[in-house]
Amino acid sequence: MASTSVPVSRSTERQETLRAASVAALLGLSLVFLTGFAQPQLLHNAAHDTRHSLSFPCH
Amino acid sequence: MLARILSVGLLAGLVAGLLVAVLQQVTTTPLIVAAEVFETRLSDHPATTAQKAHEHGAHEHGAHEHDEGWKPADGLPRLFYTSLATIVTAVGVALVLLAAMLVAGEEIDERHALAWAIAGFVAFGLAPAAGLAPELPGSAAADLAARQIWWVATGCATAIAIWMFFKAKKAVPRVLALAVLLAPHVIGAPRPHELVSRAPAELAAQFAALSLAVQASLWVLVGIAIGLLWPRLAGRPAT
Repeated sequence: MASTSVPVSRSTERQETLRAASVAALLGLSLVFLTGFAQPQLLHNAAHDTRHSLSFPCH
Repeated sequence: MLARILSVGLLAGLVAGLLVAVLQQVTTTPLIVAAEVFETRLSDHPATTAQKAHEHGAHEHGAHEHDEGWKPADGLPRLFYTSLATIVTAVGVALVLLAAMLVAGEEIDERHALAWAIAGFVAFGLAPAAGLAPELPGSAAADLAARQIWWVATGCATAIAIWMFFKAKKAVPRVLALAVLLAPHVIGAPRPHELVSRAPAELAAQFAALSLAVQASLWVLVGIAIGLLWPRLAGRPAT
C-alpha cells in the first residue's frame, strides 16, 4: 500500500510546494518593486535613502 | 506550506531588515545627507555651462524631484521611513529567495540558504553595480527607466547564469552560462550624456563601497535567518 501511495503523495506535495512558492515569489517581487522601483513620488520619497543605500537605480 | 514560507519570509526579513537599517544609519545615510548638502548648495550657485546642460539635459528630473511632494522630515521620520522601506525590501528578498530554493528543489538549511543568498548578492548587487555604480544624490545618471530595465535584466541574466553554471556538468552549457553572464555588460549599461556630478568624488567612492557592503549584509543576513528559521518553523509533523 505504501509503495503505491508514496509517488502520488510526493507529486501532490511537489505541486503544493510549487503553488506556494509562486505566491511567495509574486508577493516578494511586489514588495521589492514597491520599495525599489515604483515611480510614484510618494513611494520614491519614502524609500529614497533605501533605494540609494541598496543601489537601486534612483532619480 | 504557504503559511510556513510566509512566516519564515516575514521573520527573516524583519530581523535582517532591522539589522541592515541600523547599519545604514551609521554608514550610507550620513553620506546621502552630506551629498544632499552639496546637491542643494551647487544648485543655488550660478551654474557653469556644463552644469546647466547637465541639469536641463540628462538629469532634468534629478535633484528637483526632492523638492516636490511629501517627503519624510529629516531626523526621526526619515529614519522611520528608511528603516521601514529596508525591512519591506528584506521581506521581499527573503520571500523570493525561499521561492527560488523551493522551485529548484534545494534543501533549505543554513549552508544552502547562505550559498543562495551570496549568489543573490552577486546577481542583484555586484553584477548590476559593475555597470551602474551605486550613486549618491546629485550623481550624473542616464534616464531612470532605461537604468531600471538594465538593472533588472542584468540581475536576472546573472542569476540564470549562476544557476546554469552550477547545475550543468558539461562544458557547452557552462560556456553558455558565461555568455549569459557577460551579455548585459557587452551590451552596456545606459550612460549619462555628460559625466558631471554634484557629489564630491571622495563621498561617491566611499558610498559605492559602503552601499555594496550594506547590500551584501542584507543578502547574507536574510540567508542566515532563512537557514535558521526554516527547519524550526516546520509545518505538520507528517511533512
